[in-house]
Amino acid sequence: MSAGAAVVTVGQAAVLVALSPLLVGVMRQVRARLEGRAGAGVLQPWRDLRKLLGKEPLTADGVSWISVAGPLVLVASSLLLCALTPVLGTATLDRVPNDLFVVVAALLIGTVALALVGLDAGTAFGGMGSSRHMTIAALVEPTVLVSVYALSIPVGSSVLSQIVEARLDHPATIWSPVSLLALLGLAIAIVAETARLPIDNPSTHLEVTMVHEAMVLESSGRDLAWLELGSWLRLGALLGLLATLLAPWGVATEVTALGLAVAVGALALKLALIGSLLATVEVFLAKVRLFRVPELLAGSFVLAFLAVTASYLVAS
Amino acid sequence: MSLTRLVGLIRRSGRIAEPAPAIPDGHPGRPTALAGSVQIRHVDAGSCNGCEIEVGGAFGPVYDAERYGARLVASPRHADVVLVTGVVTHNMLEPLRRTVEATPRPRLVLAVGDCARNCGAFKGGYGVAGAVHDVVDVDLEVPGCPPEPSAIVEALRRVTGR
Repeated sequence: MSAGAAVVTVGQAAVLVALSPLLVGVMRQVRARLEGRAGAGVLQPWRDLRKLLGKEPLTADGVSWISVAGPLVLVASSLLLCALTPVLGTATLDRVPNDLFVVVAALLIGTVALALVGLDAGTAFGGMGSSRHMTIAALVEPTVLVSVYALSIPVGSSVLSQIVEARLDHPATIWSPVSLLALLGLAIAIVAETARLPIDNPSTHLEVTMVHEAMVLESSGRDLAWLELGSWLRLGALLGLLATLLAPWGVATEVTALGLAVAVGALALKLALIGSLLATVEVFLAKVRLFRVPELLAGSFVLAFLAVTASYLVAS
Repeated sequence: MSLTRLVGLIRRSGRIAEPAPAIPDGHPGRPTALAGSVQIRHVDAGSCNGCEIEVGGAFGPVYDAERYGARLVASPRHADVVLVTGVVTHNMLEPLRRTVEATPRPRLVLAVGDCARNCGAFKGGYGVAGAVHDVVDVDLEVPGCPPEPSAIVEALRRVTGR
């Protein structure tokens, strides 16, 4: 079982590395088509990455080792997040369970690394972006924890694989009010965590309104490539987690070659669907004022909290 | 705009982008590292804003330079091409130099419009320090006052090779 679990864990990281840039490409392409443009094609993020990796990294005067180490820490934490998210199979390593709290901790390591990279160059915009990023993170992380915790109460375990297995065994629980409330809260938290509209605009050129973009303004070359890849991996892993909780079918409970191949196909389909949906919704949204963001995130926390309360009431 | 009106607008307008013209010949000094993906930082060194409207048009839905892999970015550190419009004024002399220095290699400088090439109508003006090639090395030029968006797109396609 342990060898199978290793295959699933490494496979999840490898498949998400391959799929996440394509997911970003699909989302940009859907947006371009809805705006009447032809679009650069779904492979464009991969071309951008290849080019950035071949450029010399230039750094601002007076930066420390954080500017080099930060992007690597972000990629490493994102890879850990991808490996621990049960998007392909539910087999887990004995020593590293994909427990909810481990996954959120991996997410936070990347968040902090990104914020430090933003602060390191000492520019006004970088510091502003980091400060906003940490404000949003402080509001988002509890929501992610509480909403998945609500799903874990009926299962009696906070291990994500067991939650997914339970949902596969009893598909009716997916449409229970508790589950829907928790998933809605989680979806809003994921949109905020991955810096999408209406919290942050990933294609903005206006420094004053930037959150994620402001932190990476001073990075270039391969440092920027790692930052971009790390952020895309987070998007892929979190959307993959949401899609797996919403539609767990296709996830392999036993490790077989056929089962894993089906799981990869199902994951690609789910990510393409949820990415296209998110990109379509984004066309109709504008960025909300920064001071309204806490209201939106407090709303998502309330949804998640209601889900927890309801799941205790239903259980007793 | 209401949701239904926006849906109607998207359905009615469909694809606005015009069909892509044939691929122009590659720029001789084109760095192969930039094939297929070019990020552009735009610097207005003292332009009358005529060229800016055309640059905006080149990245709008009709000409859609993004489909060839060219994209405008917010920082010179992310850029491969510095697109300069207008004459270089005394006040923009140092900022332009610093912007080009802040762009990682391999990089290209693209001078767009007659003012950027040889000062155009503003030659000899009291605030003018010179054309772009007097300040930084220029790799590509787009003539015109202002140049058409299709000419700007063609120059960018010579770099991306798409």
